[in-house]
Order: sequence, then structure tokens, then C-alpha cells
Amino acid sequence: MSSPDLDVRHIARLARIALREEEVSTFQGQLSRVLEHIEHLKKLDVSAVEPTAHTYPVFNVTRDDLPKASLTRDSVLSLAPRAANNLVVVPKVVE
Amino acid sequence: MDLTRLTLSEIQAGYRAKSFSPSDILRALEARIRTVEPTIQAFLSRDFEAALRRAEEADVSLPLGGIPIGIKDVINVYGDPCTCASKILQGYIAPYDATVIALLKTAGAIPFGRLNMDEFAMGSSTENSAYQITRNPWDISRIPGGSSGGSAAAVAACEVPAALGSDTGGSIRQPAALCGCVGLKPSYGRVSRYGLVAFASSLDQIGTFARSTRDCALLLNIIAGSDPMDSTSLDQSKEDFTAQLGRDLKGVRMGIPKEYFVEGMDVRVKATIEAAIQQCAEHGAELVEISLPHTEYAVSVYYIIATAEASANLARFDGIRYGYRADQPKDLSDLYLRTREDGFGNEVKRRVILGTYVLSSGYYDAYYLRAQKVRTLIRRDFSAAFENVDVIVCPTSPDLAFPIGERTDDPLKMYLADIFTIAANLAGICGISVPCGFALEGDHKLPVGLQFLGKSLDEARLLGIADAYERVSGWSKEHAPI
Repeated sequence: MSSPDLDVRHIARLARIALREEEVSTFQGQLSRVLEHIEHLKKLDVSAVEPTAHTYPVFNVTRDDLPKASLTRDSVLSLAPRAANNLVVVPKVVE
Repeated sequence: MDLTRLTLSEIQAGYRAKSFSPSDILRALEARIRTVEPTIQAFLSRDFEAALRRAEEADVSLPLGGIPIGIKDVINVYGDPCTCASKILQGYIAPYDATVIALLKTAGAIPFGRLNMDEFAMGSSTENSAYQITRNPWDISRIPGGSSGGSAAAVAACEVPAALGSDTGGSIRQPAALCGCVGLKPSYGRVSRYGLVAFASSLDQIGTFARSTRDCALLLNIIAGSDPMDSTSLDQSKEDFTAQLGRDLKGVRMGIPKEYFVEGMDVRVKATIEAAIQQCAEHGAELVEISLPHTEYAVSVYYIIATAEASANLARFDGIRYGYRADQPKDLSDLYLRTREDGFGNEVKRRVILGTYVLSSGYYDAYYLRAQKVRTLIRRDFSAAFENVDVIVCPTSPDLAFPIGERTDDPLKMYLADIFTIAANLAGICGISVPCGFALEGDHKLPVGLQFLGKSLDEARLLGIADAYERVSGWSKEHAPI
């Protein structure tokens, strides 16, 4: 059984992952079974429950806004797949 | 004396008594690695010469002076590869030290080797590594658990005395149980994650593998603490975690959650766990039946929250600034699509797609928000339980180490293997797995792990109780046959 709501091809595009045809159908089946499994969460009445985003109440952690040492330009650029003239090279994005 | 079998504490004692030196230990480990590594395949890479140079200069008066520590390939060590066992980070060399690594180095330790894992820590068997299959030292036809399977296997096979891993839903405790070593997941906020490649930021925690609870406490003493580079690390994170080592089990109130002893668990695991709990009672622990009523929802909540956070965290792997980039892209969109198609393995793709779906417009409330609310109910279960008990005791995994390949086509079955470890991450509490005996499978002895769970920031007590169990049971002294 496949979940009618899950369109793997569409969601994969949103996630910027290209998929081959056979991957679309495999993932569709596997993820539909996972979604069926998690359906049981709908049994619970959570209307009066606050969500938990973090397990420990820490809020608004700030630091002094002071300059300090960071990675060097060369060490960062040496990791880029393509770099030239102290810049990362990417495909043209503006026509 | 076989130097590779010593615990971290025994190595320290040997250094201080000048029985052997850090270089002796490094050379013994390297010889051991050369013997067993063709079979075990726990290491993705290692630089023995660099480690040996550090050993020759080591100051053994420091807290961890001259102690080699294996590192899961998800934690940045300056100058070493950090691939997360993914093709998308092939060739990436870490340009800085994670905070835990800087702390270990300051304490004199030697980060040694990059340990295999499920790609981006997504998995329970280490079979999702893009590079190699790691084998369980107790039976090489079986998986070591995951996602920190390389760390667990390396410690169990005596390739390193201790290792770091990360635990998002059981990725330290489950492989520790399946490989017969001790694995500690500290409370959320206890250890800085700066330099840990993020998977699910509200769940991830760095922890330790070793051959004794004492060793885990010694390591936690070094790596715990608040860090301005990780705003979720807590101010009250520093204390002496060895303070309760050496205590006994008399009067310890141990909660036994009835939901953790259900149908479907391997009967040999169940019998071994029950015998271990009985042994605790014989040594004075008071057993208290408790209920964690929302346990059955933990796996579902986890696979919504963890995948949602992963889909956001893994957006950074786009082929622009570092890592793999697809050849000759037509345009920027093509570059993203093909880089991530080629760079990510199947499990990572599945989880990013699931996470994108549960966060997508129209589904957010039904999945992600609802999961966060059920997460609150799971936290409350634990808060209520800890009002009445000192520690919760239960199995680490419902299964023994399973055969390589058995579950790779069935993600849901693989996910359900994490059923006893996931809730601790959702609740932010601490947990440890210690060896508690073996089950026979053919000619092989397969380890079983006993899990103790403690309330948030109660590691000192958790470690004290686990250490007391370890000393009365003696199982931690067993060595894998390899």
C-alpha cells in the first residue's frame, strides 16, 4: 500500500536530490510503510500539550560582539571543489 | 602482558610506574591493527607516524597524557579527513579541531584514527558506510551495530583502548551493547558539539566508548563543559564524574519499565537482562516497577524529528564550498541535484526526503508539531519516573548482533532496533550500556548490553551505579575471540 499524500518525486526535488526511476518506486514503498507506522501518533490527544523543541530550557544565549581569529582564506578555499582568484567558482546564476 | 588489552586506567598506571611508554602502547596497537583490521575494518584512515610522534613527546603527568583515543569520522580533528563515511565529503580535510578534540589534546590524549560509521550517523548497523563494512569482533559474519560501529568494534577488538562516538538515537549505546564494551551517552548539553557534523541538532550528543565505566568517567571529566561555540552547552556541565565510582548497589532504587519487556524481544536477550537485574537485587538494589506509558510512540516521534532536523542540517552539502561536486553542471540547479544524487547514499536520501516531507507546507502541523508535542509526553514520563527511582535499568537493544545484510532492504525493521535507546535522546537524559553476559548463537558468544538511564545531568550517579554493577558482574573483563 502506498501513502497517497507522499509524492517522492516532488519531495526529492524540494530537497534538491535527483532520483532514478527505480529509486522513486523503492523509496515510495519504503517511506509509505514508515508513514503508516507513524500514523498511530494521531491516536493521542495532544491539544493541551506544549511542543518540546529542546530538552533543556536555555534561551537567548549571546556573546560579546568582538572580532576574533577565524579560519584563513587559504584553508577555506583549499576545501572548495573549484576556486580561482580567491573566490569559489560556481555556475552562472544570473543571465 | 598484552598492552592492547589494557583499560585506559591501567595504561595510565603503567605510564606513571614507567612499566611502558606511550610509544610502546602505540606500537602495540599498530601491530594489533595490522593483524585484525583486514577482517574488522573499523578504521577509515589513520596516521600512525603522526600519532607516534605525539606519543614520543607525550607528557604522562597530564590527565590523559599519551592515551590514544579513536575518533568517529563525524568529529573534526585538524589535518585529518572527516568524511562522515559519505562520498559527499571524500577528500575533505578538517581545517580545525572540534572542542572535544581540543580538550582531549590539552589533556595530553592522542586522537588516533578515523572510525567507520553509518553515513552521517544514519543507521543501526554501520552498513550504510559508503566505504566499507565493519565486522563484529565476536562473530565476523555479523554487524557491529551503529551508527558508531567502527568505534565499538575498534575498542572491542583491542585496536584502541577508548574512542569517541556520537549518539542521536542510540548510536553509542547500541553498538557498545552488540560489541561487548561500555558506551556512555551524556545528557543533552553536557558536552559541546562544536566540530561534530550535525545530524539532528536537538538530539545529537558526543560520548565515549571504553572497556570500563571508570574509563568513560575519566574521559567525560575532560570533554564535558560549557563552550561559547555551542550555545546549547550548559554552564553547569563541569564536575568530577569519578566521584561515585567505587560505591555499591545497596539501597539504589532501580526502576524497571514494564514497557521495555514486551513481546518481540530476543528471548535470550530477555533472559540475560533479567538475570543481570536479579544480580543487582542480590547486591542490595531495590527493584521498583515503573511505567513509561508513551514508550510505544518514541520511534515514530524520533523518525519525524530526527529526519526533519537532518533535512535542514544536510542542506549545507550542496557541492559549492567543500566536498564532492558533480561534473560539468548545466546550471546551479543541476549542480545541486546531481551532487546530492551522487554524493549521498540511499539511507541519507530516504531520511532527507522524509524530513523534507514532514516539514513541507500542509504537513508540518500533522507531523512535526505533533511529534514535538508527543516528545513532551515522553519527557514527562521520565520526569515522573525519576521522582521515585535513582536510575532506570532495561535492555540496550532488543536484539543480538544480526547477520550482515539481513535488514538492509527493510528500513522500518532497522529503525525498530533503536526502540530502547531513542527515548533517552528525546528526553535529553543520560544513559550507559555495560556488558551483562552473552547469548549463544551457534559456536559464537554474542554480547548483551544492560542499559542504565539517569536523569538529566545526573551522570556522576549513573556512572557510580554502572561501575558498581560492572564490578559485581565482571563481564567487562571478557575479550572478543579475534
